[in-house]
Amino acid sequence: MHTFNKMVLGTVATAAGLVFSVSALAADITGAGATFPYAVYTKWAEAYQAATGNKVNYQGIGSSGGIKQIKAKTVDFGGTDAPLEEAELDAGNLVQVPTVMGGVTIVINVPGIDSGKLKLDGNTAANIFRGAIAKWNDPAIARLNPGVALPDLAITVANRSDGSGTTHVFTHYLAKQSMAFQRDVGAGKTVNWPSNAVGGKGNPGVAANVQKIKGAIGYVDIADAMKNNMNFVALKNRAGNYIVPNQDAVADAAAGANFKVKGMAPDLLDQAHKNAWPITSATYVLAYEKGADAAKQRDVVNFFTWSLNNGQKMAEELGFVALPANVVKMVEAEMKNIK
Amino acid sequence: MSEPSAPAGSDLHAQQVRKFWLQDKLFHHATQLFAFVVLAALVGILVSLTIEAWPSIKGFGPSFLWTNIWSVPDDEYGALAAIYGTVVTSVLALLIAVPISFGIALFLTEICPVWLRRPLGTAIELLAGIPSIVYGIWGLFVFAPLFAEYIQPPLQALLGDVPVIGSWFSGPPIGVGILTASIVLSMMVIPFIASVMRDVFETVPNELRESAYSVGCTTWEVVRSVVLPYTRVGVIGGIMLGLGRALGETMAVTFVIGNANRINGSLFAPGTSIASTLANEFGEADPGLHIASLFELGLVLFILTFVVLAISRWLISRSMGSEGL
Repeated sequence: MHTFNKMVLGTVATAAGLVFSVSALAADITGAGATFPYAVYTKWAEAYQAATGNKVNYQGIGSSGGIKQIKAKTVDFGGTDAPLEEAELDAGNLVQVPTVMGGVTIVINVPGIDSGKLKLDGNTAANIFRGAIAKWNDPAIARLNPGVALPDLAITVANRSDGSGTTHVFTHYLAKQSMAFQRDVGAGKTVNWPSNAVGGKGNPGVAANVQKIKGAIGYVDIADAMKNNMNFVALKNRAGNYIVPNQDAVADAAAGANFKVKGMAPDLLDQAHKNAWPITSATYVLAYEKGADAAKQRDVVNFFTWSLNNGQKMAEELGFVALPANVVKMVEAEMKNIK
Repeated sequence: MSEPSAPAGSDLHAQQVRKFWLQDKLFHHATQLFAFVVLAALVGILVSLTIEAWPSIKGFGPSFLWTNIWSVPDDEYGALAAIYGTVVTSVLALLIAVPISFGIALFLTEICPVWLRRPLGTAIELLAGIPSIVYGIWGLFVFAPLFAEYIQPPLQALLGDVPVIGSWFSGPPIGVGILTASIVLSMMVIPFIASVMRDVFETVPNELRESAYSVGCTTWEVVRSVVLPYTRVGVIGGIMLGLGRALGETMAVTFVIGNANRINGSLFAPGTSIASTLANEFGEADPGLHIASLFELGLVLFILTFVVLAISRWLISRSMGSEGL
């Protein structure tokens, strides 16, 4: 582990020690990882404790951290937005299942254009986000939007400055749409944004930049976009329909996907369903196939089984999208491997 | 204690002396140990930073310092953009903060009525206690939009056509960027510089001041010919202290600098600093060159700040020691 991490963790642990020393005995299982599902896992943990009396701790330390911690056997389960490959799961004797879904949405701040009124297709969006389209009245945008008064205004791209799963999902979608985007910007948690880009920390940072900068275009997850009352664009999906992002459109993306693969992580981007939101992803938990402590292993399975069956409404209130019922059945079957 | 008999008493006395001596010795070593722990921590940080940064130091060599690439997808890293942003924002912050701090310190020591000195001085010291994230949030949500609306367009209209200088103020007025970060930083270092300046101005012996006034000097002449020459070194030390703080400032800068890993000639353009790059990328950096390069950035910042602070300490102590009475 890295020294800086150690220093930070040390400080946090000292502070947390004071708080948790009382409850340490009662804490049953601990998980760590992706920050994206932090809100829903915490909510589930609270409700689960109220219902069963068992405690679950989840720390949002980032997907990379979650994978590192589960491999180091310091947690009972890990959370990650970027699913592990089959080989990596086998090497670590890990079980991977999806828990909830979310969508990334494109948000804009263009004077005179209301939410959902601007249409973009994947390729045009990719050209905007790689800096090839610099003005809002560019012919490529105008062609998709007959009758919309587009201003002669410079485009500012608002991106996440911190390494993030949101960026990972969004750039993979755009890279699928455009080779040029893959070449210029790349796909991953941190990428090379164009020269008209401005970085903000976290979803709130991007949301703030888009709302404050005239002519800005950015990407945030649907939950944050709704919370901040932001202006969406309608994005063309694979079936050729322009979709305004919402939770149903995300659920439709999952409906057509095949979860019967090792690791249960099918590519949810750009699904063929006619109402599917194209930029959809799931978040995953990792657990040990054979854990040292059978009681804790059982607790992990119990917690997620309970949450998937009782927590859909809590997830949706927070802007997440629950897994379809047939996928929940598959997750329950897969979790039988956690012993 | 009752009076002990002579031989036993001298024994007891010797015992007590020995006990005190031991206590003293123990105390001496214990405090010494605490002091050395700090030194060990300093060296430990330096060593561990170097070890963690080693893959990057070995891979990129010294050219890491002047290479203008920071590409995570290509796994190629160079520190130039971050060093540029760190140095430019810090120097600009000082250009703004030093004259203001000088004015504050001057007013407090030379002009201010005595009853107002305490409250004003305390207010300035309180500014130093505001957590930097508060400056960051204020900068992003309050200052940047006002800056984009009311300051950037007039500045562009005024200076946009001037050769060279015009290019410093080019680009869309988006509020966040190098100049915004510099202004927010300047507000954060003013209390530090102003309070050091006030303290060293107060070391000027009143005899000198009063003799200058008695031969008919104006306040400005007293300051220029007596106070400043007397405290020159201390003033520079205070400025360096502010510079050290500006170089390492993280959260406030991350909020308002715009976080773009590139060098742009315009001060309105987004940029990045060493500290903000670390804050942004450390959490989700993948093992390998990326994380090693971040450690090397940390090492660069460590050395940069260490040198600046060492110089400032030395200057301040010289000023207080030899020139003060």
